[in-house]
Amino acid sequence: MAQAPKFIGAPIKRRDDPRLIQGLAHYVDDFNPPGTLHMALARSPYGKANIRSVDVSKAAVAEGVVAVYTYEETKGIGPVPVGGLVPDAKVPVQPILADKQVLFAGEPVVAVIAETRYGASDAAALVEIDYEPLDAVVDLEAALEPGSPKVHDDYESNEAFVWGIAGGDVEAGLKEADVIVKEKMTNARVAPLALEPRGVLAHYLPGEDKMTLWTSTQVPHKVRTLVAGQIGMPENRMRVIAPEVGGGFGSKLNIYREEALAAFVTRELGVPIKWVESRSENFLTTIHGRGQVGEIEMGLKNDGTITAFRYNVLADCGAYYQLLTVAIFTLTGLMLPGPYKIANIEMNATGVFTNKVATDAYRGAGRPEATYILERMMDIAAVELGMDPVEIRRKNFPDKSEFPFSTSAGLSYDSGDYHLALDRALEAADYPAMRAEQEEARKDGRYLGIGFSTYVEICGMGPSAALGGQGWESARVRVEPTGKATVFSGASPHGQGQQTSFAQIVADGLGIDANDVTVVHGDTDVVPYGVGTFGSRGTVVGGSAVVYARDKVRAKMAKFAAMEFEADANDIEFEDGRVFVRSAPEKSAGFADVAMMAYSAIALPEDTEPGLEETHFFEPSNFTFPFGTHIVLTEVDPETGDVEILRYVAVDDVGNMINPLLVHGQIHGGIAQGTGQALEEEMLYGEGGQPLNASFMHYALPKANRLPRFELLHTTTPTDVNPLGAKGVGEAGTIGSTPAVVNAVIDALSPFGITHIDMPLRPERVWRAIAEKRA
Amino acid sequence: MEINISINGESRTFDVEPRTLLVHLLRDNAGLTGTHVACETSICGACTVLLDDKAVKSCTVLAAQAQGCEVTTIEGLANGDQLHPLQEQFWEKHGLQCGFCTPGMILTANQLIASNADPTDEEIRHGIEGNICRCTGYQNIVDAISAAAAQMRD
Ligand code: FES
Ligand code: FES
Repeated sequence: MAQAPKFIGAPIKRRDDPRLIQGLAHYVDDFNPPGTLHMALARSPYGKANIRSVDVSKAAVAEGVVAVYTYEETKGIGPVPVGGLVPDAKVPVQPILADKQVLFAGEPVVAVIAETRYGASDAAALVEIDYEPLDAVVDLEAALEPGSPKVHDDYESNEAFVWGIAGGDVEAGLKEADVIVKEKMTNARVAPLALEPRGVLAHYLPGEDKMTLWTSTQVPHKVRTLVAGQIGMPENRMRVIAPEVGGGFGSKLNIYREEALAAFVTRELGVPIKWVESRSENFLTTIHGRGQVGEIEMGLKNDGTITAFRYNVLADCGAYYQLLTVAIFTLTGLMLPGPYKIANIEMNATGVFTNKVATDAYRGAGRPEATYILERMMDIAAVELGMDPVEIRRKNFPDKSEFPFSTSAGLSYDSGDYHLALDRALEAADYPAMRAEQEEARKDGRYLGIGFSTYVEICGMGPSAALGGQGWESARVRVEPTGKATVFSGASPHGQGQQTSFAQIVADGLGIDANDVTVVHGDTDVVPYGVGTFGSRGTVVGGSAVVYARDKVRAKMAKFAAMEFEADANDIEFEDGRVFVRSAPEKSAGFADVAMMAYSAIALPEDTEPGLEETHFFEPSNFTFPFGTHIVLTEVDPETGDVEILRYVAVDDVGNMINPLLVHGQIHGGIAQGTGQALEEEMLYGEGGQPLNASFMHYALPKANRLPRFELLHTTTPTDVNPLGAKGVGEAGTIGSTPAVVNAVIDALSPFGITHIDMPLRPERVWRAIAEKRA
Repeated sequence: MEINISINGESRTFDVEPRTLLVHLLRDNAGLTGTHVACETSICGACTVLLDDKAVKSCTVLAAQAQGCEVTTIEGLANGDQLHPLQEQFWEKHGLQCGFCTPGMILTANQLIASNADPTDEEIRHGIEGNICRCTGYQNIVDAISAAAAQMRD
């Protein structure tokens, strides 16, 4: 691009919105092909139980019931796909319907197909399953004790895997230290809770031997390859469509039992089969996130220099793995050093099976856990050393001249200026004034606290080799004969807004209006094979593919224009809907006229095919590492334990921004979710493995009146890993916020001598911690 | 049972099971899928519609209770091609991401503004407490509602 960008960097309103604000968009449940039958599942109410018998006779004859499936009829379907393993991990086989045992509450046992939605649920309730309840494994530490009940009878113990990462020499680092601080911390299990629950509609046409599967997913191509494999169908006979998707946050980066089941049933019955998850099913059977309990040891010099950091952690896998269960924990290890120069690090993780649904990727996926324990420890160490939390952080930051910065966990951080982001945040928050306010408040018996989180995260997943495959993304750009452009992306956005930002990218490169660009995604019959949207990769990797595909089309158009104008292709410029010769601007044609030349093909430049359609698969050379500083001011009511956030200042450096409106939206939402984890969210289980709070009524998630106004600022340190210089923003808010909020609460409670409380900091927990100190 | 109901200004008759929920009548029988279901327990507000101009959670209203009433869904909010100020401002302020909460959020906001033409941010946050958005962190929603209220006062 020679001219200044017109669209990239501009806060352009989303083009997705008109259909969404008028109720005209189509999520999975909004499609109703004629003859659709509905599927409902009879699920285990127990954490663990033997199935003595299954009697479907009543269900089978209920009104409107068309078919009933148990393990017997469905055992030919391949198990739920699992990837991202570590060496020697035990890998339990997750069947589609349970056979002799159920291993978590919500595990499906029988599928009922009926004419109506209500009829299917009624009939599922008529299925009689005789269970023998067994002792369930709920607590991670108890699970590893000798004599603990086991999740899987045929394994020796509940140990799922052992994995570690080490850089430098932690023992030596601890010896070198003047002080050693230790703490045990929990990252509770939380539920992703995309507002649209999962859903699938499968329709097989026997004549065409063609299946269409509409599913609420972040990864349509993975669904196609893997589900086709599960039901033994060639994947090129299957079309997967991710229509409008109502949020994912990682929970829809997966292959679930119901997808294969619906695909299997429609192939048997030849009519459309629909299943839509209820919210309670969503709590029970869609993956959870986090789930770590660990002990941390950190060595420091008296001046605050960190000499060693060790994390021994138990990782809650659930009963079975889903697609990336194990891999998520390894991301915690990779990000253990965070934004600091820590020469000696070590993480020793033990995966633990529990009688619960699997954990897997939830917004941040492994990195929030690392950031949380590290940032908490920084504050604990600061208190121990009598340092300001700002100074201890500064002390350990690499300088911007040290980038690319190699960490002891083996990563190379692309670019960064951590001091600058911190300075910007301190200035915006007016830190000295905040401290003064805190001081004043204390005199009045009010407890204000200031919390910091200086974070770095790993994004733009990622080089294929580093990810164990499929770290690239695809895009095809077509300039139509009329001069409109269409982008076909392998990414699969579900609320992020790439229908707008990708149009901005193409419009700038081709010198046309963003409104003349249409972006298509989420249909495997239409877009090139793609990887999907997760790990803050949509724009970073997917958008970069768009850049290269766009440039290929542009180069081809330039050849046609050069032929027409008898000029050099390198001398052709694109601007404001015109294509012209830079050195002789009077030689100019409309963008659409040049497009038409390529399609009429009456004359062709040398070695050039007709048409204007180019594809690019972009393979990034490295991850990207966005970073920032979040500062939170809270007030804690010591009588009730209630926490109120008074101010939230965030400085995020996500590299170049394609559309700041969308970037801010991502950060807002991320902060809200991270704050939810800090203050409210946690899946709770009873002894038998039943979730105790599996509904919106009982699981607290952030509501509007519990959140403050966020004050967002940025620094911009582009990356050279991709042509956009963008680092990714989907998870930054979640990663930065959780420790900042917790640190603020603990700082507020410092007069009580409280140095740590485990999340979530519900009023009761905070109140108890105060009461204990007061007693 | 037969139910007569006016939806977005049009009188319609449906023959449904007595237990049919209003949200299912709207979605499955009337084909208006802009009203969403996200919790079926009256907490999230995704299913909010106006029943005789009052915002209700249609997942916990029987269709039979709407007999003879007027229902407005998100599809009926715009005036022909002219978006409602709330729709306009949700678009303008980036008040939605995945859009799943949006129809319910807009209809709740509509009721909020009807009863308080000039709400403060705090009143807005309190007013939409019964609507969950998992994507936006609410800030842009608050701004959109505030801007729409201003536009409607003019
Ligand atoms: S679906 Fe009605 S309130 Fe949630
Ligand atoms: S925009 Fe997704 S839930 Fe509100």
